[in-house]
Amino acid sequence: MRLKSFLIFGGACALFATASTTAFAEAPAPGAPASPHVGGTLRLAGQGMLGTMDPQVSYLHIAYQVLNVVYDGLTTFSKSPGPLTRQAIPDLAESLPPPEDGGLTYRFHLRHGLHFSNGKEVTPDDVAASMRRIFKVNSPTAGPYYSHIVGGAACLHYPDHCTLAGGVEPDDQNWTVTFHLTHPDSEFFDRLAFLHAAILPADAPTHDVGNDAAPGTGPYRIVSYDPNTGLRMERNPYFRQWDAEAQPAGYPDAITYTFGMDPEASVTAIENGQYDWMAENAPLDRLGEIGSRYADRVRLIDFLNLYYAALNVNIPPFNDLRVRQAFNYAINRKAMVIHAGGPAVSIPSCQLLPVGSPGFEPSCAYTKGASPEHPAQEWRAPDMERARQLIKEAGVSGQRVGIVSPSTPGYVAMANELRSTLADLGFVVSVRAITQAVQFTYIQNSDNRVQVGLTGWNADYPAASSYLQALLSCGTFTPHSDNSINISGFCDHGVDAIMDRAASVSVTDQKAGDALWAEASRAIMAQAPVVPLNQVRWVTLLSARVHGEIRAPIYEVVFSKFQLR
Amino acid sequence: METQTAASAPSPSRASVPGPWRMAGRSLTANRSAMTALAALMLVTFACLLAPFYAGDVARTDPFTSNVAGSFMLGGQEVDIMQPNDNPLHLGLSPVGPTWNPSAYMLGADSQGRDVAARLLYGGRNSLLISFSAALVCIAIATVVGVSAGFFGGFVDTALSRLMDIMWAVPVYLFAISLSIVTISQGLKIGPFTIESDNLLIPIFIIALVYVPYAARPIRGRVMALRNAEFVMAARSLGVPQHRILLRDIVPNVSTTLVVLTPLLTALALLAESALSFLSIGVQAPAASWGTIIQDGEGLIYTRPMVAIAPGLAIVIVVLALNILGDGLRDALDVRETSRRGA
Repeated sequence: MRLKSFLIFGGACALFATASTTAFAEAPAPGAPASPHVGGTLRLAGQGMLGTMDPQVSYLHIAYQVLNVVYDGLTTFSKSPGPLTRQAIPDLAESLPPPEDGGLTYRFHLRHGLHFSNGKEVTPDDVAASMRRIFKVNSPTAGPYYSHIVGGAACLHYPDHCTLAGGVEPDDQNWTVTFHLTHPDSEFFDRLAFLHAAILPADAPTHDVGNDAAPGTGPYRIVSYDPNTGLRMERNPYFRQWDAEAQPAGYPDAITYTFGMDPEASVTAIENGQYDWMAENAPLDRLGEIGSRYADRVRLIDFLNLYYAALNVNIPPFNDLRVRQAFNYAINRKAMVIHAGGPAVSIPSCQLLPVGSPGFEPSCAYTKGASPEHPAQEWRAPDMERARQLIKEAGVSGQRVGIVSPSTPGYVAMANELRSTLADLGFVVSVRAITQAVQFTYIQNSDNRVQVGLTGWNADYPAASSYLQALLSCGTFTPHSDNSINISGFCDHGVDAIMDRAASVSVTDQKAGDALWAEASRAIMAQAPVVPLNQVRWVTLLSARVHGEIRAPIYEVVFSKFQLR
Repeated sequence: METQTAASAPSPSRASVPGPWRMAGRSLTANRSAMTALAALMLVTFACLLAPFYAGDVARTDPFTSNVAGSFMLGGQEVDIMQPNDNPLHLGLSPVGPTWNPSAYMLGADSQGRDVAARLLYGGRNSLLISFSAALVCIAIATVVGVSAGFFGGFVDTALSRLMDIMWAVPVYLFAISLSIVTISQGLKIGPFTIESDNLLIPIFIIALVYVPYAARPIRGRVMALRNAEFVMAARSLGVPQHRILLRDIVPNVSTTLVVLTPLLTALALLAESALSFLSIGVQAPAASWGTIIQDGEGLIYTRPMVAIAPGLAIVIVVLALNILGDGLRDALDVRETSRRGA
C-alpha cells in the first residue's frame, strides 16, 4: 500500500515535473514574442568601426542599426516593411500631438510603465534631460536638428550650462513633455525619431559614454563592447512590447557582432553557416555567385541614398559654371550603374534628391538632348559634344584636376571612371584614394582645396531637406572646418530662399512643400555644384537559419526581427 | 723601368688561351638552361616593347581609359564588355572573359572594361623598366659603398658597414612601403627639382635603395679579399697609386660579382615593384604594371581569374628566367670552375 502510494505520488511528481519543465521551456523569455522561432543567438559579422555606443553622439549608419534595438525616442520610424517616405510614428510618446500655437508647441504624453534596462521607470524628467544632453555631448546634429527648440541656440554656445528653459517642459503630474520651438518645423517628429534624440536616464553621463553603453528602453541591452573585437547584446529584462511597429519584441535571445571580417570573408562565413548576416554590402565579385546559389537567402534593400562627386565651386577649374556643367554632361552614368553591380541594384541619378524621396520629381538636366532649361525625364546618354564645347569656351583644357576618393574598391572604380571622363575633356587628372573615415572629413575642409570629392549620402530621415538643405545650403558651408558637409562650398541665396520657403510651406501643406523642394532641386542642378552619379540598393546575404521579414525603411534591417530556425 | 699591374702582366700562355670573358661567354652559351632563360626574357621584353603596336593596331583599344559601358565586335557580332551574370536576381555584371582572339579582348577585360592583354604588355614595360633600372642603380650605389668600405677599411669601413647593418635590420618590404607611402602621397622635392608622385623614378630609386645592403656586402667581401691578393700587394710594393690600384686591379676583378648580381637583383626588384604596385604605392593608375594588374584582378578572382593569373604568370616566368640566367652567369664567371673546365 505504502509502496503503491509512493509510486503514485512519485509518478504524479514526475508528471508534474515534466509538464512544468516543458511549460517553462516553451514559455517565451520576458519581453519576447510568442513564436516557435524565439531564441538562439544571432551572429553578425562586419569590418567593425562601430565607434562610440553613445546614441546621441554616434553618426555611423552601422552603429545606428545596433542602437535602434537598444534605444527609443519619443517618436520613431516604423520597423516593418513599407515605402521609403513613411513618416514618423509615436514610440515612447502615446501619440503624435497636434501642433499648437501655429506649430510652435507640441505636447507629448509619455507612455506609462516604461522602464530602462536598469529597472528605472522612464519619466518626463528623463525626456527633458535627454534633450539637454544632446547639446551637452555636442551631438553632431544638435545645431541643424534641435537648435530651434527654445533655448537651443544658447545651449549650442554654452552646452555645459544648457537648461532649455522654456523650450522643454516636463510635467510629472500629467506625465507630459511640452516642446516650444522658435519657428514651425514640418520635420520635428522626424528629428525626434532620429537616434540622436534617444531617451536616456536623467543621470546618464553628460559626456560621450564611448564603449560603456547607457541603459536604454529597447528589447536589448549592450552587455559588452570592444571596438576591436566585437559586441554582445542580450535581452532587456524590463522590456515589454508596447507597439510592434515602433519597437517590436526581439526574437533572438542574444545578438553577437564580430568585427574584423571583410566583406569577402563575411560572404564565405555566411555561406558556411558560421554567421547569419553581414554588415557590408555583398562585394561585387560575389554578386553572381550569391545570386545563383543563394537567391532565396539574398535580400535587396531599398534605402534613400545617393553617390555623387562634389565639385569645389570656389577654386579652378570648377569655379566656372561651364566646367561644372560640362562634367555633368560628360559623365557616363550607365558606367556608374555597372560599377555598382548593374541595373538590378542601381539606377543613374541626375539630381540630388534620390528616387523615393519626398519632393522627388523626375528631371535630368544633363543628358543627351537636354539642358537645365529643358530637362529630360531621365538620363539617356552622355553628351560629349556639348561637354567639349563648354570646356573649349571655358578655356581650361590641360589644367590639373585632383579627385579624392575613399579607398574602398567600389569607390576607386567610380573614381577611375571620373578620371577617364575628365581626361577625355582634356584635363590632367590624378586620383587620391584615402581611408573612408579620413576622406570624408578631409574633403569637407576647404583648406585642403579638394577639387573633386567623391562620396555618398544616406538620409537621416525621409525628407528633401536631408539632401538639399543639408548638403548645399549656405548655412552648412563652414570654411576651414572638417565639419562642413556642404563639400562643394556652394552658397546661392536665391536657392536658399526657395528651400526656406519649401520648409515653411511643408508645415501646413506637404504637397505644395514637395513641389517647392523639386523646384529647389532643379535650381541647384542648374548651378551644377555636384555631379549626381547613382543610387543603389543594398544587397545582403542571410544564413540558411534566418527567416522572417527583417527589412524596414530607414533602418534597412531590424535585428530584433531576425527569426532563427 | 716600366710599371705593370699584376693583373695586366703578360703571361706566357696568353696568346693561346682565350680571355676570361670569352671563356665565360662560351661556358654560358653551352648552358642550355641559361640560354632558354635568356630567350624567354628577350621574348617577354620584345613583346612588351610592342605594346603600343598591339593596343593601337591589333586590339584597337585604349588600355588606360575606363570602358565599362562599351562594346566590341567578335565574330561579326557586337558584344558588351560587361556581361550580366546568369542568376535569377540579375545581380552583378562581369567583364568579358578571354576570347583568345588577339584583336578582341584576347585575355578578357578588367573591372574597368580595359583590355587585359594590352595592359599586360604596357604593364610589362613598366615592370621591366623599373626592375632593371632599379637593379642598375642599386649596383652602382652598392659598388661605390662596397668598394670604398672594403678597400679603404678603417673608419670608412666601420661607418659604411654600420649604415648598411642598420638598413639591413629593417625588413626590406617594410622599408620600401614606408618610403613609398611618404613619396607617393606628396611626390619628392629635392632642392629645385620636384618629382611628381606618378613618376617612375620614385619606385626605381626606392627599390634600388632598399637593396643596396644586399649587394654592397658581397662586393665589400670580395674587395677585402682582393686587397690582400698577391697582385695587389705586388702593385702596392711597386708604388702604384691607390686610385690606380682601385681602378685597374680591384674594380675589374669585382665586375664578375656585379654581373652575377645584376639578374638576381633585377628579379628581386621586379618582385618588390609588383608588391608595391599591388599595394597602390608603386606605379600609379591609370599607368599599369604587373602588380597593379594583379590588384585589378583581386576583385575578379572568382569570376575572371585570368586578370590576376596573366600578370602573375608573367612575373613567375621573368623571375624564374632571371634566376636561372644569374645562376648560369655565376657558373660561367666562376674562375676556379672555368679553370677546372679549361684544364
